[in-house]
Amino acid sequence: MLDLAIIGGGPAGLTAGLYATRGGLDNVTMFEKGMPGGQITQSSEIENYPGVTGEITGMDLMIPWPEQCQKFGLKHAMVEVLRVEHKADGTFTIHKGDGTTEDSLAVMVCTGSTPKRVGFSGEDEFFGRGVSTCATCDGFFYKGKEVAVIGGGDTAIEEAFYLSKICKKVYLVHRRDTFRAAPNTVERLKNTENIELVLNSSPAEVYGDKMGVTGLKVTTPEGERDIPVPGVFTFVGNDINNQVLKNEDGSFICDVNDWGEIIVDLKMKTSTPGLYAGGDMRLDAPKQVVSAAGDGAVAGIQAIGYIDERLNG
Amino acid sequence: MAKYVELNNDNFEATIAEGVTMVDFWAPWCGPCRMIAPIVEELAEEYEGKATISKVNTDEEQDIAVKFGIRSIPTVMFFKNGEVADTMVGAASKQAFAEKLDALLA
Repeated sequence: MLDLAIIGGGPAGLTAGLYATRGGLDNVTMFEKGMPGGQITQSSEIENYPGVTGEITGMDLMIPWPEQCQKFGLKHAMVEVLRVEHKADGTFTIHKGDGTTEDSLAVMVCTGSTPKRVGFSGEDEFFGRGVSTCATCDGFFYKGKEVAVIGGGDTAIEEAFYLSKICKKVYLVHRRDTFRAAPNTVERLKNTENIELVLNSSPAEVYGDKMGVTGLKVTTPEGERDIPVPGVFTFVGNDINNQVLKNEDGSFICDVNDWGEIIVDLKMKTSTPGLYAGGDMRLDAPKQVVSAAGDGAVAGIQAIGYIDERLNG
Repeated sequence: MAKYVELNNDNFEATIAEGVTMVDFWAPWCGPCRMIAPIVEELAEEYEGKATISKVNTDEEQDIAVKFGIRSIPTVMFFKNGEVADTMVGAASKQAFAEKLDALLA
């Protein structure tokens, strides 16, 4: 029986593991199907992680984290978790992708979120063949070419800047005519010569041939516009990865809100005793590395107290 | 301990020509590629003697990436006797890759 099972290996999971093991729990396993680090490892530039100055990529920021945790005894199980079962005696069973299970006294779930599909025609067909959600991964394949970016949030703008340094031209397709980003960011956007803003517009269709995308059709206030680009990068928000918290009948083992975000209190407790959640998947998440790490620290500390009480009353 | 095969222009065709080969197209700057790196290493050990597990660094071997129309990484391609049998785009679990290999080996 594990003391604490941590599901997900991003900043929240790693920090929960750090605090739980350093705080005295002997038997803590973090379940992450591959190398830990989380979605931030796809980010091209981090400017707002406290104490880390200069331009740093998401990947560089996350590289030392697992090593630090392992020093205090956190174990990493490289396996996918299918679901977490809450049993009648108050403990949990982790159902794993390899068909085996593991029991745990407490669970911290921090499985984050996944980039959302926009929903235009051809998006799924051409995903990975011209349609991408990762500029740092795939921008390289469009060196000196023209690309389109779909979205108008902070991530879309940040990645449009990144692509503008590699590509000949970036079309930023945004469904509104204003941006919520900071005023100086919007100013910089408007002043970047090789970024063309295509506002009040939405993508209708990507088309291409057997080698991949060759163009994008956009619905604008002036009618349909054809943008002949081989690459289309989409950044329109994220879907919450809450599948592991579903029972076999589709109901959740703890309370979630209308958006599928996990409802937690300030101690990262869910409605189910011994079950904690944090990072991008919880309600009101600011979706920042520093806050996800904060959630993990809180959950790690809380789990220590919960397990102590359960074992020693 | 078996290791994956690093592919380049000189050994690519010969490597995929016979049997079942898994090719992981990756690059050093790609977060999701790094995420699946330890999975690929484990598969190389577990499938030793059964299938060839290999990697193409798309930064260094652009010709191969262009030939197969790679536009997103990680892209994992499966070959059987030189023919493309399956393609997966994006990070996935070890189980998912193993299932593809097992299906081609059956």
